[in-house]
Amino acid sequence: MAPTQTYLDWNATAPLRSEAAAAMSAALVRCGNPSSVHRWGRAARRAVEQARSAVGTLLNAPPQGVIFVSGGTEANHLAILGSRRDRILVSAIEHDSVLRAIPEAEQIPVDHDGIVMLDKLDRLLAADQRPALVSVMFANNETGVLQPVAAVSAIARAHGALFHCDAVQAAGKLALDTDAIGADLISLSAHKLGGPPGIGALIVTDGLSLIPLLRGGGQESGRRAGTENLSGIAGFAAAAVAAADEIAVYDRVRTLREALEEGIVAIAPEAVVLGATVARLPNTSAIAMPGVAAETQVIAFDLDGVMVSAGAACSSGKVGPSHVLEAMGVGPDLAGSTIRVSLGWNSSEADVAHFLEVWTALYRRRRGSYARGRAA
Amino acid sequence: MSSVIAASSDRAEAHRANVMPIYLDNQSSTRLDPRVLEAMLPYFTEQFGNPHSTSHAYGRIAAEAIEQARHEVAALIHADPRELIFTSGATEANNLAIKGAAHFARLYPHGAQPRDHIVTLRTEHKCVLESCAQLEREGFGVTYLPVEPNGLVSLEALATAVNERTLLVSVMVAHNEIGVIQPLAEIGALCRSKGVLFHSDAAQAFGKIGLDVEAMQIDLLSISGHKVYGPKGIGMLYVRRRPRVRLLPLIDGGGQERGLRSGTLPTPLCVGIGRAATIAAAEMTGEGMRLRGLRDRLQTGLARRLPELRLNGDAERRLPGSLNFCFPGIEAIKLIEACPGIAISTGSACTSANVEPSYVLRAIGLSDEDANSGIRIGLGRFTTSAEVDFAVEALAAAAAQLKAGVAEQADRPI
Repeated sequence: MAPTQTYLDWNATAPLRSEAAAAMSAALVRCGNPSSVHRWGRAARRAVEQARSAVGTLLNAPPQGVIFVSGGTEANHLAILGSRRDRILVSAIEHDSVLRAIPEAEQIPVDHDGIVMLDKLDRLLAADQRPALVSVMFANNETGVLQPVAAVSAIARAHGALFHCDAVQAAGKLALDTDAIGADLISLSAHKLGGPPGIGALIVTDGLSLIPLLRGGGQESGRRAGTENLSGIAGFAAAAVAAADEIAVYDRVRTLREALEEGIVAIAPEAVVLGATVARLPNTSAIAMPGVAAETQVIAFDLDGVMVSAGAACSSGKVGPSHVLEAMGVGPDLAGSTIRVSLGWNSSEADVAHFLEVWTALYRRRRGSYARGRAA
Repeated sequence: MSSVIAASSDRAEAHRANVMPIYLDNQSSTRLDPRVLEAMLPYFTEQFGNPHSTSHAYGRIAAEAIEQARHEVAALIHADPRELIFTSGATEANNLAIKGAAHFARLYPHGAQPRDHIVTLRTEHKCVLESCAQLEREGFGVTYLPVEPNGLVSLEALATAVNERTLLVSVMVAHNEIGVIQPLAEIGALCRSKGVLFHSDAAQAFGKIGLDVEAMQIDLLSISGHKVYGPKGIGMLYVRRRPRVRLLPLIDGGGQERGLRSGTLPTPLCVGIGRAATIAAAEMTGEGMRLRGLRDRLQTGLARRLPELRLNGDAERRLPGSLNFCFPGIEAIKLIEACPGIAISTGSACTSANVEPSYVLRAIGLSDEDANSGIRIGLGRFTTSAEVDFAVEALAAAAAQLKAGVAEQADRPI
């Protein structure tokens, strides 16, 4: 019999919410291009505009600021490349889709907890007065560590710089507010909050003009060409509404995550939870089992039906240290033995128990072989 | 059989009762085939894993489904699956092909001459023209070739336009407004002989007519999902491996799609375009014959009622389901308004809200007035003969009424 499947890789992607599935089933069977002026087209256009409002509402943003794109990666590119600033400053722990948008961007270091160093940001901005954009994520995808975005916003503003915030991991897990974040540009991804993959949004402050990445038919007010992904947009909107309604479920998720981390520390005092003492997303744990390679752990978990990852999903096929842990000053040994466990709204105590059971068995096995190795 | 026809005429009757208009705008988008939807559904729900999370089962199942889809699309154009990358649609594929090739050539110059010139047609889709316009602003040279009155490119003119600095020729397979099919194999041979890349936008043609990237010597081919009864939000770009075509990505990050297009792949949409391709592979020939029959029925039906009707674009070399007519003396927008029971358009959906006459119809030599009388009709997989008959009636009646109105106005003393 196949082992129980326990999905603890919610930061890679979340299952589709039933509300999103229902909205998409309706949208998928309708034809019509939202740019067409006939009735099929107008109905499609109405659906897109309703969805735009719903997605904006998740962050208390006005609908006209919401640009639908193909996902978080494109949103980050459009924000960074589209704003056409002379200087781009990014935190050292940003997602690859930010770091690789402009490889020559200046990096803002983070401290040992993975929090962006505000004094460094201030000095970097003060040193050069050219128009700048600062990109700092709301919450890190590997550690869940939250960034002081309001402070980043204040510093950026003081220097006349734009602020872009990648809120892909935070949206739907924490209540977010555009004004409180204070960002000019915010990236969102649907599939991280229970919407479908292939759709995301960039939320843009009124009056900020963007150079489009994709040119053509002039959709999205000329800011993003291409026929709108109607079912994706409908699913995104329904998921955004459901996520906002059910945001309180993450209190329960936080409790589960705490139980998971406490369980590990009780078994193995030398285990390390990265960023444990600072504010984090309620669902994410970056856990090191010293002496056991993350790849080994992930394979062992996979064999026992527990799905976790050794870092970001996009790079999980690659071997190499995480740039996030490296930026935090985590040594290569510890970084190389860190896995990411991420929970979601459907996670249960049984999931945590399954994880702890497999983690403990692996830990005991490895400690045994480690002890035998030393004895020999 | 008769019950099918009865059902169809019931359907036409229902449309007459103003439920939703009969959909004859299959160039702008097509209805998702129920078989495609069925293939997609499991990957929305049970199999929701991130296909790049290959360290666990859910991720691997998604990744396998995506590779299967890549094979299915590759088979339809005679490509190697490794030559196909997923994008968010044909607009992105066209932007990536043109800007990606140009930016790579500028960053990594090769040979004595800079390759900084692009040749395309005045009638290309906006996303090709706009990508070229952006490159012009960046210092590239672009030649926008005129077309013949039948909408086809002149091979002589193309040969003359290509010079030693030309990097790429972009000519679409089949036109979104007038439906004409360009001489791809000849263009491919010309480009290959001159060492120039050949990009073709196959958004309208993929799955409707046979395409062979080898025989046609195509280097870059853009594909759309929702034009071929697949989902919106997904497309592909074929990028030749031998001889290798190099591009710079537009969207970088996690390094998916061989570094050419980052971002989590939408598994259900990828599965959808794959299924759409396999259905097209199996049914393209029969469907093409059926659509040609319906197209002829519509054309002859209309011509009988409106002798002054003129077909835009070559009469023979055209997509099976695609028609574009001038109704001389009648404003297209008024004709459309007078036919609420059918969904048709004046041209490209992207520009259909414009009041300007179609740049495509202008480019094939139509006057502003004639271009303003142009109507595009797109028949598709789910179009029935009853719907075609209804459309003929509706259009002919509305045109006659409008003409009478125009005549009446002209007769009226000022």
